[in-house]
Amino acid sequence: MDWLYLHMPIAGMDIFWPGLVLIGFAVGVIGGFFGMGGAWMVTPGLNILGFPMAFAIGTDIAHIAGKSMVSTMRHSKFGNVDYKLGIVMLVGTMVGIECGAQIVMFLERIGRVGSVVRWVYVVFLALIAFMVFYDYFKAVQKKRAGIVEGEKGTEGITWYKTLHKIRIPPMMHFKAAGFTCSAWLPIMVSFATGVLAGFLGIGGGLLRMPALVYLVGCPTHIAVGTDLFEVMVSGLYGAFTYSLKGRIELVAVFVMLTGAAIGAQIGTVATKYSKGYGIRVAFGCAVVACMVSIILKQYKYNAAAAVIILGAIGIICAYIMAVMFKGAAQELREKKAREQAQASF
Amino acid sequence: MKRWMRRVLGAAGLLPVAAPSLVWAAGGKASQLVVVADTRVIQNAALKYFADLYNTNIWLFAVWAVVLTAVYGCFLGLLMDFIMARTGLDLKSRKIVEH
Repeated sequence: MDWLYLHMPIAGMDIFWPGLVLIGFAVGVIGGFFGMGGAWMVTPGLNILGFPMAFAIGTDIAHIAGKSMVSTMRHSKFGNVDYKLGIVMLVGTMVGIECGAQIVMFLERIGRVGSVVRWVYVVFLALIAFMVFYDYFKAVQKKRAGIVEGEKGTEGITWYKTLHKIRIPPMMHFKAAGFTCSAWLPIMVSFATGVLAGFLGIGGGLLRMPALVYLVGCPTHIAVGTDLFEVMVSGLYGAFTYSLKGRIELVAVFVMLTGAAIGAQIGTVATKYSKGYGIRVAFGCAVVACMVSIILKQYKYNAAAAVIILGAIGIICAYIMAVMFKGAAQELREKKAREQAQASF
Repeated sequence: MKRWMRRVLGAAGLLPVAAPSLVWAAGGKASQLVVVADTRVIQNAALKYFADLYNTNIWLFAVWAVVLTAVYGCFLGLLMDFIMARTGLDLKSRKIVEH
């Protein structure tokens, strides 16, 4: 069974490579569907495979950059990426991440970093989960009452409408996302999510995707695609800095990326067959799983935390694959029926 | 199989010890470590080149890491595009419906 193990030249150890492919695949599926990097899912998986800790985060970030590139290419074909919005937000994200990192260094100096960071993370995840489910509940109520706003169907939370009324110049029109607002809105939102991402030491997709939907006013599908574009750019930057620190195992990156490329197609195409709220609610469930695992870790239930994360990955992955294959089969059936009808004329 | 089982059990046993700092979103304390790649055991010429580069010129290694990740990501994206185009699915349009 030696062929199942691949030698990592830098870490100097053998790793079960089908495990790496599987992790890449799962994160590709989930990341492509939700529009995030998914670092919080990769690290426990790498850990279980016995991947050296020193290389886990850097390898993870580089793989996420490549995977986001594949997903962005696919989303771009669907018209789900607003590049102008993505570039405007990159400014705020980069500055924000640096500010967040400075706050962490300050907390490190006063020796409070560990618990503060974890609890802030938990609070924000709880807020996001609450927001997602409250939004869904409100949308269901509105739909039952027969209230339909706009051409995209019923929406629950519409905070972005209030924020769009702020007309501080320069005003910008974002064609793919389909709205005009002050350029300061996406800049400030990305700055805030960047500060939090830098502070929490995460990529930020988990925070940016709901912020794009609820605060900036992106349709869910555009939020997913645009966020992946941001993850790709920030991931490449992260890959460079972690490589400089010698914390990257290139062979593992490539192996994971191969699995992720296949997974990303499934996750991305599944967005076509899912309504915006389908994506939002599944995303809310992923956030809850992440939050529960962090709380468990805070109280030293590490094995239970890993089980929760890996269980959630398995269930969400299966759900997304079911959406994709069901939708694709339906589309192909309809296409065949149309062709047969045309041939009979 | 025996080796595989040993590794799985080893990894499972290591989990409670290794998981905490790894799984934290805020990262670990790995930045203090200095890792040197052991090039003596590497046979493949390309891998040996990158391992040597890692030991001797980390800047060039970092540039290669980013370039190769981007190039491989692009290649996989194009390859998947080619394969997906043959499934018969419409991959250029979608209807945005929120609810």
